[in-house]
Amino acid sequence: MSQEFETVIGLEVHLQLSTKTKIFCGCVNVFGSAPNTNVCPVCLGLPGTLPVLNQQALLYAIKVGLALNAQINPFIKFDRKNYYYPDLPKGYQISQYDLPVAKDGFVMIKTDKNEKRIGIKRAHLEEDAGKLVHDDRGNCSLVDYNRTGTPLIEIVTEPDLRSPQEAYDYLNTLKLILQYLNVSDCDMEKGSLRCDANVSIRPIGQTALGTKTELKNMNSFRAVKTGLEYEVCRHKQVILSGGRIIQETLLWNDEKAMTIAMRSKEQAHDYRYFSDPDLVPFTINYKVIDQVRAELPELPQIKLERFIKQYGLSEYDAGVLVIDQAVAVFFEHCCQHYEQSKKVANWLNGAVLKEMNERKMGISELKLTPVNLVALIKAVENGVVSNLAGKEVLKAMLDSGKTPAQVIQDKGLVQVSDDSALMAIVEEIINQNPTVVEQIKQGKPSAAGFLVGQAMKKSGGKANPKKLSELIIRRISNA
Amino acid sequence: MKLHSLTAHQILDLYKSKQASSEEVLKDVLSRIGAVDSRVRAYVRLSNQKSAGEGSAAIPIAIKDNMCTQGEEITCSSKILKGFHPPYDAGVIERIKQNGGRILGFANMDEFAFGSSTENSCYGPTYNPWDLTCVPGGSSGGSAASVAADEAVWALGSDTGGSIRQPASFCGVVGLKPTYGRVSRYGLIAFASSLDQIGPLTKDVTDCALLMNIIAGYDDRDSTSVNVPVPDYTKALINDVHGIKIGVPKEAFAEGLDSQVSQAVEAAIEQLKKLGAVVKEVSLPHTPYAVATYYIVATAEASSNLARFDGVRYGLRQLSANVRKTPVIDMYEETRAKGLGDEAKRRIMLGTYVLSSGYYDAYYLRGQKVRTLIKQDLDGAFKDCDVILTPTAPTTAFKVGEKASDPLSMYLSDVYTIPANLAGVPSISVPCGFSKEGLPIGLQLMGKAFDEEMLLRVCFSYEQNTPWHTKKPNL
Ligand SMILES: [Zn+2]
Repeated sequence: MSQEFETVIGLEVHLQLSTKTKIFCGCVNVFGSAPNTNVCPVCLGLPGTLPVLNQQALLYAIKVGLALNAQINPFIKFDRKNYYYPDLPKGYQISQYDLPVAKDGFVMIKTDKNEKRIGIKRAHLEEDAGKLVHDDRGNCSLVDYNRTGTPLIEIVTEPDLRSPQEAYDYLNTLKLILQYLNVSDCDMEKGSLRCDANVSIRPIGQTALGTKTELKNMNSFRAVKTGLEYEVCRHKQVILSGGRIIQETLLWNDEKAMTIAMRSKEQAHDYRYFSDPDLVPFTINYKVIDQVRAELPELPQIKLERFIKQYGLSEYDAGVLVIDQAVAVFFEHCCQHYEQSKKVANWLNGAVLKEMNERKMGISELKLTPVNLVALIKAVENGVVSNLAGKEVLKAMLDSGKTPAQVIQDKGLVQVSDDSALMAIVEEIINQNPTVVEQIKQGKPSAAGFLVGQAMKKSGGKANPKKLSELIIRRISNA
Repeated sequence: MKLHSLTAHQILDLYKSKQASSEEVLKDVLSRIGAVDSRVRAYVRLSNQKSAGEGSAAIPIAIKDNMCTQGEEITCSSKILKGFHPPYDAGVIERIKQNGGRILGFANMDEFAFGSSTENSCYGPTYNPWDLTCVPGGSSGGSAASVAADEAVWALGSDTGGSIRQPASFCGVVGLKPTYGRVSRYGLIAFASSLDQIGPLTKDVTDCALLMNIIAGYDDRDSTSVNVPVPDYTKALINDVHGIKIGVPKEAFAEGLDSQVSQAVEAAIEQLKKLGAVVKEVSLPHTPYAVATYYIVATAEASSNLARFDGVRYGLRQLSANVRKTPVIDMYEETRAKGLGDEAKRRIMLGTYVLSSGYYDAYYLRGQKVRTLIKQDLDGAFKDCDVILTPTAPTTAFKVGEKASDPLSMYLSDVYTIPANLAGVPSISVPCGFSKEGLPIGLQLMGKAFDEEMLLRVCFSYEQNTPWHTKKPNL
């Protein structure tokens, strides 16, 4: 019996907001300090302390909500989510239950064929918990409360994703939007972006949702995809063999590439949400929302479309540029000095990107200005240096921070176009390759390319290849 | 001269005329504590403070054992917080210190303010200075008893459902629960966050106004603190109630009210009428549900507020001898089993229950709705009157142990005081007579939000025309 299934996935993304201070106290919000140094009575939940909402965290959450096309709730409140864990110093987490900052938004993702709308159910603010560190030598667990009170926004999708690939695409699209907003470093390795997934399957045509399982502990988008693929497969096997899926929470083990049961529905916490009486519900002034909206940056999808239209770029080139907001900005600065936008895009997406990857640096960390890059591109286009030498010049520019003109001069890389200087090389190459010369004479001019290449090598890349080609053809036909 | 028997304003007059120094006053009060506290047991701990306080407002004060004070042990009279030394001062403690106040010590209370008799304390009960076989009321029983016994010039208590006013009534002193948001809760170890409010317990109404001048005001560390100007409360001490409209709820004189209390309160009403006040009957139809509502809302919040006492970071940690569940869960269970008293456990269980999935709507949500109705009752009544008058408590102080095994009848002790907490309005208790047995009786007034001045004015007028505040217990 063969039965076709449809996969239904919903994702919950937790994003740490890079506010200066924590969400409910004045402690600095930084990663990597010595354990329990960024703490105060409030974030330690000492008796008698009270939370005060960080306005910047609220503004960041509104920003995220607007960027996800969501409605900002005019009236919001905070709720207590009650559960015991040693990293949770108050015995409850301050979160938002029924009146989140934002609701009913969407994100457009690209699928094979077209675009797809992924609904965003809600985005709410909450506080992060601390971290447990297991000390094997002491045979005990230690708690680091530095992370306690870090502002988090939790972004929850509707169950609109239909495959692990879509989930993967959604995450990448979402991450790019969040990066553009500059509200978080979105670094999964540091835990500033975390993702849980809910997955179920149902026979195609059925409207009711199947029983879902929740996947946790994926530490990369790739792991989310693989974990979901594993889980979808498991669901199918269970159902096809006549079994039933149990609603439960599972941990993804990346090394073993399998899921491990964590707790069942029966063991699920009753969080006993109720409005936090320490934080009064409040209205968000529409002027504040308008202000945040006015300050929103151009988002990646809009920028991509504009680049294609305004600069005549291919979708691919525009796509590569907008993946890095700083590169996109750099690109536009270059274009202010040079009208050959496609050439700029080629350089940025080719040689410059390669250097960024090799040096593990962002474009702003490179010793490169738009003016210098444009000067380099012009030097190549005008034949001052060859394309090949141009890449050497770029490397040297990044090493030294010098202008292309300085580098070309220092290294003596000016392209040789002088006939007499080149003729000596041409003579030598022709003498060394009589067979090739014969082929050209026999009417196979394409073989001249080989000789040009040899001559280029001989010149140390300095020769103007166009000029070389002319000289070689002329020399052979005159012979 | 017995300095310890004076009010704060009398002592301040002596300072001004250089007839007494803060050292002399402190010495006298400390010797009074030495003389009587072994019988009253108002204090659980004296403070480490060395100086006698500084400046013109150096008045020795007793602090309820639930307000964080740097350099001191603060326990809420619970085993679970033994050894907890807060690294910071509560908002009110800062204000007391800034005004040169001298913290004498920390006053006994029902554990985590859960109670109306100060019997639920890990240190044992406090005794009523008027009759040492009786309770002082609670939960701020230590604070009230310290003032009544002249073991403190004045005191701070906290009031969640009557915890300042009911012991004030039982001990024959003045107790004010300010408007919710008037006094900072920062540093007050929470019982029920939406109801808790710190307030003064004093020997007379003038002292109440003076202490309010010190503790009232906005605190940006407390999101529920309200940023409205603080008046000079002593300006409200006007001996004139002509034309002031006093509402008396018909529901107040119902079943369960002790006849002696009823008579004393009715006499007080007559007295106020004589002084020119206009007394009218009002109706607060939802107040019969106040106690039930309170025990839903307050216990729900308490169950969450007390979750932090888990043995992980401070206070008691009880490890399990053998692993039953996991070492951590065992530690939680053992710590809380050993560290919390019966009433605390009872309230945590009640609160956990009313918030549980499946019961939330029937209890917590409905409780919140009734709370709104009670507030609307009061709002409605305040359209026609300036203050609402009731007894503070249905009885005078009861015997130690009398209600210890009957929590429900203990809960009814707060039937008159709870509505003001639910509605967030200010409310005061002043002495209005004595029973045949010589126990004090209290009169309660509720006022409009942020209109503590009206309460002070009416009480001041009443006090100026009655002798009750001048009486002292025989100790
Ligand atoms: Zn902090």
